[in-house]
Amino acid sequence: MSSIEERVKKIVAEQLGVKEEDVKPEASFVEDLGADSLDTVELVMALEEEFETEIPDEEAEKITTVQLAIDYIKENLG
Amino acid sequence: MTLTTSLNDKVALVTGASRGIGAAIADTLGSLGATVIGTATSAAGAEKISARFAEKGIAGAGKVLDVTSAESLAELLQSAKTEFGAPTILVNNAGITKDNLLMRMKDEEWDSVIDTNLSAVYRVTKACLRDMTKARWGRIINISSVVGSMGNAGQSNYAATKAGVAGFARSLAAEVGSRGITVNTVAPGFIDTDMTKVLPEAQREALMSKIPLGRLGAPEEIASVVAFLASDAGGYVTGETIHVNGGMYMA
Repeated sequence: MSSIEERVKKIVAEQLGVKEEDVKPEASFVEDLGADSLDTVELVMALEEEFETEIPDEEAEKITTVQLAIDYIKENLG
Repeated sequence: MTLTTSLNDKVALVTGASRGIGAAIADTLGSLGATVIGTATSAAGAEKISARFAEKGIAGAGKVLDVTSAESLAELLQSAKTEFGAPTILVNNAGITKDNLLMRMKDEEWDSVIDTNLSAVYRVTKACLRDMTKARWGRIINISSVVGSMGNAGQSNYAATKAGVAGFARSLAAEVGSRGITVNTVAPGFIDTDMTKVLPEAQREALMSKIPLGRLGAPEEIASVVAFLASDAGGYVTGETIHVNGGMYMA
């Protein structure tokens, strides 16, 4: 089983059509990885599917970087 | 060039497919190779659709759906996906009328038409959209009415919903175009169906006199436009309302 970090990075790369090596922890989805508003919604939905959880809208808005996504999943699935 | 209208390997969901325009749409999409899930409000209606498909050699089935119920919708999509795969062609066709002059209109008449004709389009479309964005391909086609553009005394509720779905389609087209999903509206005029058969003879004649083509439309003539929009041939059309009314109203 791969780590949460790896799984998050894989999903981000798939959803945003970027290379996995560009998915650095500090990378911002919008500014660094070129996501638009629909991309970010889809990304959150993909994370919800992968980790079988529901991320409320007000939390989803705060998940703007790869690290924040990893942190959220760790905190809420730990 | 050739016109590419094949829908092989596509799964289509058509609401309100037991009769009239919806039945013609379901059958036409099926005849072009799509697997079709046609919905009806009753089990008997759904069985009729299945039987019709079987007779015509169309893949798919009739299923029960109450478009005003989120539960019924979730059930339908679950069983449809398991059996046939997620639909990437959605035709929002189910609709009702509850005509009355506004001064006499009951809240129930207003609310039920809004719920069935407009809120249901929101509900069903939203539920199907995720699978379309994943597939990076989708076709959403709303069946509106000429009444949504020209208005009609006694149909303020119906007309509001029919104008509403067109605005909905334009907005959604802007949202999901980047995912290869088109969203359009087809606005039929006076079509020979059960819905128009109930009109009084005098009103039918008055309406007919305003149609340059001098006849009612056939459900199949709406279905062929829907099929065009669903196919690759219509792939660059989005956010549009296509009027199919024999010239009764020219926008």
